[in-house]
Amino acid sequence: MRLTVDHVTRYSYDHPVRSVVQSHRLAPANHAGQKVIEWEVTVSGGTKGSRHRDGAGDLIQAWTVAGPVTEVVVQVRGTVETEDLAGVLRGHRETVAPDCYLRDTLPTRLDVALIALADSATAADTLSLAHALSAVVSDAIAYRPGVTHAHTTAAEALALGEGVCQDHAHALIACARHRGIAARYVSGYLSANEDGSAHEAAHAWAELYIPGLGWVGFDPANRCCPDARYIRLGSGFDAQDAAPIRGIARGGGHEDMDVTVAILQAAQ
Amino acid sequence: MSQFNEMFQGADVRPPYARLQDWVGQMPQELRSLKQAEAEALFRRIGITFAVYGEGGDPDRLIPFDMFPRVFSGSEWAKLERGIKQRARALNAFLVDVYGRGEIIRAGRIPARLVYQNEAYEKAVAGFVPPKGVYSHIVGVDIVRTGPDDFFVLEDNCRTPSGVSYMLESREIMMRMFPDLFRENRIEPVDTYSDKLRRTLSSVAPAKCKGDPTVVILTPGHFNSASYEHSLLADLMGVELVEGQDLFVDGEYAYMRTTEGPQRVDVIYRRIDDAYLDPLCFRPDSMLGIPGLMDVYRSGGVSICSAPGAGVADDKAVYTYVPDMVRFYLGEEPILQNVPTWQCGKPDDLGHVLDKLPELVVKEVHGSGGYGMLVGPKATKDEIERFRAKLIEDPGNYIAQPTLALSTVPTFVEEGVAPRHVDLRPYCLVGERIELVPGGLTRVALKEGSLVVNSSQGGGVKDTWVLAE
Repeated sequence: MRLTVDHVTRYSYDHPVRSVVQSHRLAPANHAGQKVIEWEVTVSGGTKGSRHRDGAGDLIQAWTVAGPVTEVVVQVRGTVETEDLAGVLRGHRETVAPDCYLRDTLPTRLDVALIALADSATAADTLSLAHALSAVVSDAIAYRPGVTHAHTTAAEALALGEGVCQDHAHALIACARHRGIAARYVSGYLSANEDGSAHEAAHAWAELYIPGLGWVGFDPANRCCPDARYIRLGSGFDAQDAAPIRGIARGGGHEDMDVTVAILQAAQ
Repeated sequence: MSQFNEMFQGADVRPPYARLQDWVGQMPQELRSLKQAEAEALFRRIGITFAVYGEGGDPDRLIPFDMFPRVFSGSEWAKLERGIKQRARALNAFLVDVYGRGEIIRAGRIPARLVYQNEAYEKAVAGFVPPKGVYSHIVGVDIVRTGPDDFFVLEDNCRTPSGVSYMLESREIMMRMFPDLFRENRIEPVDTYSDKLRRTLSSVAPAKCKGDPTVVILTPGHFNSASYEHSLLADLMGVELVEGQDLFVDGEYAYMRTTEGPQRVDVIYRRIDDAYLDPLCFRPDSMLGIPGLMDVYRSGGVSICSAPGAGVADDKAVYTYVPDMVRFYLGEEPILQNVPTWQCGKPDDLGHVLDKLPELVVKEVHGSGGYGMLVGPKATKDEIERFRAKLIEDPGNYIAQPTLALSTVPTFVEEGVAPRHVDLRPYCLVGERIELVPGGLTRVALKEGSLVVNSSQGGGVKDTWVLAE
């Protein structure tokens, strides 16, 4: 499937800021399930900084913007050819040992309810267990935007019983790690179905490490594994660690952020 | 417990201390008091004080200085030097390995969990090899002695070992107060440390750096207990002392603000923790860090010493495996021994530790500075029972070691001269070359019988001599 992405993030400041530094995980890396046809990221008034591929195989690009500015616009435009590999991440070059992702972080820390949820899944092998865990998380947390926020933890979302893709991913990661499966957060894009049923074009899901298969994606928010509608940008321990844009503005006031994302399936 | 006295064997004076016997014998009591007061005044004047955490009181408390030197013969030192350098090489090989293919883990020589789930393991630098393959550029190895030829490593400090300013200032003060001693004894100099440190740091400049590298020391600021040391080292090396706000990232490089405009920085000797280096990579709430620094580092625009992630090698649980690292990476037998260590996270070890608690020293895996530890033989029944409860609750957080009979060195005390327990921290420099200044920081437990030498727990310092052969 050929997907085109148009993703604009607009930061506005109520006072001019002296400088802005950003670290982007905004360029998809090629792997068996996705091939980048064209891709361009621009930052208004920005200078491209260093670029490297990190140990997890993500392309990291730094940007700096010299102030004073009151607005910074990050624009992503590109086209990716995708293929449905049933969630399996194949041909992705990385060096980080999967065991690293057994460590918890604040948003994925366990509590009694998460442990009970994780223990409620039963299966004969690791792959089936991963599917079962994803299913119990989907059942326990209903999709509902606006009730959780960027710093909501997996435990809090489970207590609410509602949340968005970030909460589903955190909860699945916490449950998987509790069952001894290395798990990580993935950020990317999702193209909506023709009936518009899929949620959140700027999307997030989890990858679990299955011996013999490697990393396999699970999207509890949509009760499926990533397929040709998904574009993978990068991964991390949690949402913050895997964020497509991490940035800091020096010497300014309040920051507002506005995001628009459109993912289109190109006509064949 | 028989204790090795480094000066006396029975009634005989061991050769390295021969001349000190006359020196102390001929020193009248009044002169001694005078000199001690002079030493304190000198320390006070140069401003070398030590803030004691968690004790309240005077944050500018003077660290006690004892005038009686600690002496090694040239041959004693030669063995120590070989052992320390060997350890520093193995620790760096380990770091390059665990951020690369992890061969030592694949070979089953060290458990994956200890490395990859360690809080000090930085996923962000996996796959990156710093210049010259060095992660830990200054390795502080804490060593204790129990006999003429028996040295044990207590712990390794691979991040930012402090205390080298005491080594330098103790020597300076001794030379000022007792110039005769330095004429009568052939004592190896330690004041070459700053040149060697500068050379080490310059030797790991990034490949992109052309010409003479610009080195800076990054300090958390003057509220830090080691801030005196940071400014002393900057002065001695002739480099700038900067705080996070003095540095910024632009394009592919890091710069410092100067009165003549931005100047590119090639090597950062940081004295702050990984978590505070870059809010875009680590703690987002860090006000100390430099946004974007890690991206510049990872793409080879600047070197950071010690390299982010170096801390995974000096964890107390990883310590147990350092002798294995020496064998695995260097194919050599370790010259310096570890103290036998029980890992309380292992059920068998825990059982043994709980049985023998009154005889053991128990430490927190991630603790430092002598806090949160139990010295069994010195503890009350109550303290032991309270510690037992902590151990049972979270065994993986503790290691235990036998109480060693630390060697003693004569020390000036109220009643005259008496033996007090000491340890040693030499500073091994690792860059293009591996170098060790002949000397180090000798810490002394000033309380009679005490085995805790940490300056934060009332320990003092001594000048450490290595005699030329």
